[in-house]
Amino acid sequence: MNAMEKTFIRMSGLGGQGAVTAAHILGSAANKDGLESTVNPFFGAEKRLAPAESYVRISSEKVYEKGEVLYPNIIMIFHPHVITMGKCYTMPFFDGLQEGGSILINADAPLVSDEDLRHLADLKAKVYYVPATDIATKVAGSELSTNIAMLGGLYAMRKLTSMEALKESMVERFGGGKFVASGTTAALDDAVTGKFAKVSQMIEKNMELIAAAGAALTEFPLPGTKGGE
Amino acid sequence: MIDQKIVDPDYLLFEAPRTSEYITGSEAVREAIKRANVDMAIAYPITPQSESMHLVGDIYAQGYVKEYFRGENEFAVMSSVAGASMAGVRVFTATGGPGTMRAFEVFPTWAGARLPIVCAFMTRGINSPLTIQPDTIEMAYLLETGILMLHAENSQDLHDMLLMAFMVAEKTDVHIPVGVFADGFFVTHTRDKVNMLPEDCKLPSYDPYTSPVPVMDMENVPVRQMRDPFVMKSNFISYAAHASWQQEIDAAAERSRKYLNHYLGGLIDVEHEDADIFIVTSGTAVSQSREAIATAREEGINVGLVKIKSIRPFPGEEIRALASRSKGIIVPEFNRVGWLAKEICSVIDEPRKVVRGPRVFGGMTMPPELILAEIRRINQ
Repeated sequence: MNAMEKTFIRMSGLGGQGAVTAAHILGSAANKDGLESTVNPFFGAEKRLAPAESYVRISSEKVYEKGEVLYPNIIMIFHPHVITMGKCYTMPFFDGLQEGGSILINADAPLVSDEDLRHLADLKAKVYYVPATDIATKVAGSELSTNIAMLGGLYAMRKLTSMEALKESMVERFGGGKFVASGTTAALDDAVTGKFAKVSQMIEKNMELIAAAGAALTEFPLPGTKGGE
Repeated sequence: MIDQKIVDPDYLLFEAPRTSEYITGSEAVREAIKRANVDMAIAYPITPQSESMHLVGDIYAQGYVKEYFRGENEFAVMSSVAGASMAGVRVFTATGGPGTMRAFEVFPTWAGARLPIVCAFMTRGINSPLTIQPDTIEMAYLLETGILMLHAENSQDLHDMLLMAFMVAEKTDVHIPVGVFADGFFVTHTRDKVNMLPEDCKLPSYDPYTSPVPVMDMENVPVRQMRDPFVMKSNFISYAAHASWQQEIDAAAERSRKYLNHYLGGLIDVEHEDADIFIVTSGTAVSQSREAIATAREEGINVGLVKIKSIRPFPGEEIRALASRSKGIIVPEFNRVGWLAKEICSVIDEPRKVVRGPRVFGGMTMPPELILAEIRRINQ
């Protein structure tokens, strides 16, 4: 990959949606592409539907900074409740977004208030939607693949890594053997991988899902921009 | 047991070829213990440490560790670890935050009994309301327990320091426990590149007869340890013995400096030695500071970094010398009380030079921008 500016990504979701796994796959892919990256999650006592965030830092140079991404270039919202019920570690959900940054939301309709939309327009931000859970259910047959659909939306929005590296890191993550997960994560892994006879079938389905989610990516026009009010 | 060849510690740590892997801090613990020739590991889970000892359990199953079990709680684990070490085996465990507090009584007894135990502390907030997030406050409590304390900045440090810790702890003229501290989540759960050692090599085994105190064996049965302690004889000799023994533990920690200097390449790392302003800190706060320093130097501010790797023994003389030449010292910390700033103020001539902050705690992340603001303020 070419030299690249620091790109900091904040993924806000609910426990069980795979925000931590999505970050793992994306960070590993960047690493495989020869970029520098670090990945880390933040969550409370592990339980489904509680706020869970993960952070990916990608750059052509070594990134030292650790912990929460407080000033992201990209924010990925895995669940509407992150916005509507404040299930994230920053309030509002886009706090700290860099000028010119992007937001990707798993929804099929705008969830952001008019006031927040004006604020995002001032930041020259871009807001995208992808109904990731719907597409995951239709294409991969499970809402547990929401995270892969979100990575598809991200890939269509901005190519931070190569598709080959994404595929390779999914094989590594789901291929078994190397990865050790907590009991809860292992159970969710089983639920996803158990649907397929072979890991290769699951990966093919995930690649299909990434393409489908990418095709469904929609930009929501902000006030004062073309198509906006 | 897995067949590994025993190699010289200096070869393993400094010369052996390394391969880069993209792993978490918890996985770095597994990789270090795999090569540490550990006889026994005892586990009790607590976030953010649980994965580390879980992974040590996995390598036990693979045949890298001779014995492994889960204790009833942290107090039981730390006591069992003491028993194992007294009996002459190389032993490892890990805990963090409330787990550290629950086991607390045992840590000074490890030092007092001259046990070369290595324990990883994955730091976590301990105050109520309950938190599982990173905070280095438990280190403040451990400062005077007699254990040596190394503070890892990242997974690489954690991996290397664990291996070094066994070597330092087991020197006859040291022979006290070593705690290797890593910030929970910031290190344990962060995936980063770690340069790893050959899998077929391991450290030499521990020889319990190099201990400076009698080893527990068939000649010195456990009952001797229980029957003869000073506490059973309340007289001048018992008081004097206890007092001198406490000083002997301190002296053992002092004697560890030469070994730590050898393995760590100094108790501190210094960048930009001629700087006007220094950031002096340890752990993840070092990483956050690196970003702030890079930006400040682009702005033309001559700011340097002092990374403290050993908290006990404390690099007092090293810091004092650097402080005397600088016009300001900034001490960013991930805890409420500022224990590191207090340590630094206690060894330098002009404590007023020290900015005791910024401090971030309770699980929050310190933005490099916060450190940068302090650098700019001091520079004016």
